[in-house]
Amino acid sequence: MKRRAGFGVLLTLAWRESRTARRRLALYMSSISLGVAALVAIDSFSANVQDSIAEQSRALLGGDVNLRARNGFTPAVDSILDSLKTAGIPSAKVVSFASMATTSRSGGTRLAQVRAIAPGYPFYGVVETAPAEAWVALQQGPNALVDPSLLISLDAQVGDTLGIGFGRFVIQGTLVNVPGDPGIAATIGPRILIPDRYLAETQLLGFGARAEYEAVLRLPANTQSPLWVAPLRPRFEAANVRVRTVVENEMDLTEAITQLARFLGVVGLVALLLGGIGVASGVNAFVQRKIETVAVLRCLGASSAQVLTIYLIQAAAMGLAGAAVGAMLGVAIQFVLPQVMGDFLPVDVSVRLSARAILMGLAVGVSVAVLFALRPLLSLRRVSPLQAIRRDDVALAASRRRDSWTWITNLALVASVFALAIDRAATTQQGIGYAIGILLSIGVLTASAALLSSLTRRLASKRWPYVIRQGVANLHRPASQTRAVVLALGFGSFLVTTIILVQANLLRSFDLTAAASRGNLVFFDVQEDQERGLDSLIRAHGAGVVSSTPIIVMRIVAINGIGNDAYAASKAIPQRFWGLRREYRSTYRDSIVPTETVLTGTFHGAAVPRDTIFEFSLEREMASELKLSLGDTVTWDVQGVRVRARMTSTREVDWGRFEPNFFAVFQSGAIADAPKQFALIAAVTSDTTVARMQRNAVRAYPNVSSLDLSLVRRTIDQIVRKVTLAVRFLALFSFAMGVPVLFSAVAATRRDRLREGVLLKTLGATRTQIGRILLAEYALLGILGSLSGMLLAFGGAWALVTFVFEDSFTIAPVPALMIAGAMTLLSISIGFLTGRDVFRETPMAALREA
Amino acid sequence: MLSARGLTKEYQSGTTRLAVLRDVDFDIPQGTFVAIVGPSGSGKTTLLGLLAGLDLPTRGTVSLDGSDLTRLDEDARARLRGEKVGFIFQSFQLIPTLTAAENVQVPLELRGDDDASSRALDLLQRVGLGDRIDHFPAQLSGGEQQRVAIARAFANQPRILFADEPTGNLDGATGARIVDLLDQLNRESGATVVLVTHDLTLAEHAQRVIRLKDGVVVEDRPSQGQ
Repeated sequence: MKRRAGFGVLLTLAWRESRTARRRLALYMSSISLGVAALVAIDSFSANVQDSIAEQSRALLGGDVNLRARNGFTPAVDSILDSLKTAGIPSAKVVSFASMATTSRSGGTRLAQVRAIAPGYPFYGVVETAPAEAWVALQQGPNALVDPSLLISLDAQVGDTLGIGFGRFVIQGTLVNVPGDPGIAATIGPRILIPDRYLAETQLLGFGARAEYEAVLRLPANTQSPLWVAPLRPRFEAANVRVRTVVENEMDLTEAITQLARFLGVVGLVALLLGGIGVASGVNAFVQRKIETVAVLRCLGASSAQVLTIYLIQAAAMGLAGAAVGAMLGVAIQFVLPQVMGDFLPVDVSVRLSARAILMGLAVGVSVAVLFALRPLLSLRRVSPLQAIRRDDVALAASRRRDSWTWITNLALVASVFALAIDRAATTQQGIGYAIGILLSIGVLTASAALLSSLTRRLASKRWPYVIRQGVANLHRPASQTRAVVLALGFGSFLVTTIILVQANLLRSFDLTAAASRGNLVFFDVQEDQERGLDSLIRAHGAGVVSSTPIIVMRIVAINGIGNDAYAASKAIPQRFWGLRREYRSTYRDSIVPTETVLTGTFHGAAVPRDTIFEFSLEREMASELKLSLGDTVTWDVQGVRVRARMTSTREVDWGRFEPNFFAVFQSGAIADAPKQFALIAAVTSDTTVARMQRNAVRAYPNVSSLDLSLVRRTIDQIVRKVTLAVRFLALFSFAMGVPVLFSAVAATRRDRLREGVLLKTLGATRTQIGRILLAEYALLGILGSLSGMLLAFGGAWALVTFVFEDSFTIAPVPALMIAGAMTLLSISIGFLTGRDVFRETPMAALREA
Repeated sequence: MLSARGLTKEYQSGTTRLAVLRDVDFDIPQGTFVAIVGPSGSGKTTLLGLLAGLDLPTRGTVSLDGSDLTRLDEDARARLRGEKVGFIFQSFQLIPTLTAAENVQVPLELRGDDDASSRALDLLQRVGLGDRIDHFPAQLSGGEQQRVAIARAFANQPRILFADEPTGNLDGATGARIVDLLDQLNRESGATVVLVTHDLTLAEHAQRVIRLKDGVVVEDRPSQGQ
């Protein structure tokens, strides 16, 4: 009894038989490389960031436990900290606030973020400075450490004296790295570190000043911070102190990174599936070429299972090669990602190779390649040996018949899309949503391709020039790659357009924000007795005061006469809800401003109500969270004085604008006599006047800070540029991942095209005519693919902007059309590149080969 | 022994059924060299396909060495081919990606023979290609390619060999040499050879000639050359 060939023999046969097809198979399989690259890069990067967070978590927080309060620590909190210190648990305090910084040497002024830190802070991590010894020098006198950007904007240097309020500090050095601060922090506002014992000299933390008070605690080694802090938490929270442990901080940061990785992972997944489609279309063409060889093998006694195994081995090997190239590319990208994303991350990421990410990428890549290749390969089982002696249509038609294995493969394909999406998503539900979204997009693009085929078939007119008719006819010829090309182009265009549209919409709101402000210099923390003087100072510089807004600090103590806690309980509002505990900075006026819209009720006028209860208007969302209805009364504690007021309207507020905006706006009579601060907005024409006015204002009123909106605009531009770089990287990647798929799909029909082209040449077609046929075909494919993708992108971007970023969506037609144009050009270029042999070959040579 | 009984093959063409082969009956004893001749479209290739189990008849049976091919499924027929049948095609049908030796090894390897490579070398030497074993089909002439195909056909020591217009793509002299080689191997191995051709001169190299016309056997006689 004869044995059947073992796997080893089939492996050898597969290897030998692949000799001339390896390059072609490798091209098809390269479609999955970018998908694998994306997954490997994202997973490795995410693992690296998470490792870095775990390593640096204590440094990020500065201690094991962080306490934070808006209005300073109450004596009760201070006494807890003192008793902890006695018990061997030290704490260090930090006070952060915004203030104007000045230098007497250059006279420059700049709004900065000041941090007054106690000795010992931070307990973990190292603040890097230049020179290195400046950190130690900081606590030895009235010294300061500053961001290098502050030195530039103030035209100052190390050794100069820095003015902050009424205090004077000697600049000892510059900050290189502060643990826990992302790189972008310095762009938003330059940082200044000063010793906390000189804070009082600035005289800036007086009435109404906005500052954040922090204390970090160091626990004995191996203490579980959440367990340790649990009994103290209620006492801290009762004093309006927010408690954060190193574990919570790490979890939050890790969660944020995981979410980002998940979002990017979905892009990688789409790239991989798109690659799978490229593999399927390439292998489909490969199968058409192998029919004769398979028929011979069948004649020689090979069973259908042996034939399938031989070609599956080839597909799996090439899939592994494609995935390996992808994994290497992914590792390379991983080294680039920290450069692109680094500024947005709170930790310094050290790049390490993640074996798990690489192996997962390889495994997922090979399975996607095999699964997508399996579908066309299955038809090889039904190649009749008869085709070795007679290659007729009957046999071919029979080989395309679908059986249960084809359906099982189809099901496995859909199941794998769901499995991969669920694996990438935060929840199963979200994963199912992603999978349905991906399948729907594929469905829409496939339908577009079918529509194009059928429309061109119907609309093609005999009056059209021959070259156009031929190009159009190519779209619906047997075994044409119309569907695969439209899918590849459509998906690429969908992703790139979505990313660019979301970016354009988000940046547009920045643009409007900056442009819509009426003034360009804002003064805040202006005390009541300074308002008039500052007003005169502004006018003396030839500028106008656009607005002067009073600001009064208050808290809610009761609603409808019921105390906060009882009210919260009665309305099922969480006890710790910030709306009931927070400090409100409110104003009074009797008309609305352009950044507001009244939604319900009537905005109060100046008239004093008859029942002596004054009126106020509340921002819509806050009113809804506090479960307030029109007519409800709220009792406010306005710096010790209780004021009862009735809510008579709710407003929509555009918080994105630079004008001072408020949750609560009162009738003038209600709180006009309360102690207050002012925010003044001035319209100043020249940059030199702005600088002069800021300098003179700081000299006259050191506690007053001013913000130059043109500087804000420049800062926003800087941030936008960094965001744009990250976005462009993503868009470029999305664009790039369609290219191998396109090549694969177009190259699959290269042989047919070559035969057809030389036949046309034999019949008298010129190279120009053949070029025009190619142009007509690929331009149509490009236009349809990119337009379908663009329409899908409008939907996708609308959903993202509306639901994720909660902003209004506007179509940006120019970039969308530019992307569609670029995609069409790409389609034409690839068509000409793969069809170049038609121009080169002589008819005789090609016919002989055929 | 190869037997055909009431062998009929019909194809559906639109609404009409087209009979390509009708009620063909014959027996071919083991070791005989038979030529099937007939003009183009007479059903020669269809008959060869049915006799070799490459296709199934609409009606009738084919018995090869005692096995009724019409009762076997596709994979069982493939196994039978691998063990008992050899093929030679008009267009050689060598696998272009394999060398001459590897092409000859394929049927042996498919059935798990351990000495595939030494046997392939032996066969190639017998067809006069001992010095071309590592050449790919594209590097061989038409005659050489057909000699490789013959070596491959005899690799699994078939009980029956089917040759479909084996000289159709060769010049007269080369064609004659190929038929001589077939004849010689037939005598040495005792295999039955079924040669399908439209070339009557070539057919006279066989011991028996079966002539087909419009799908029906119109003549079955010993060859005049015998």
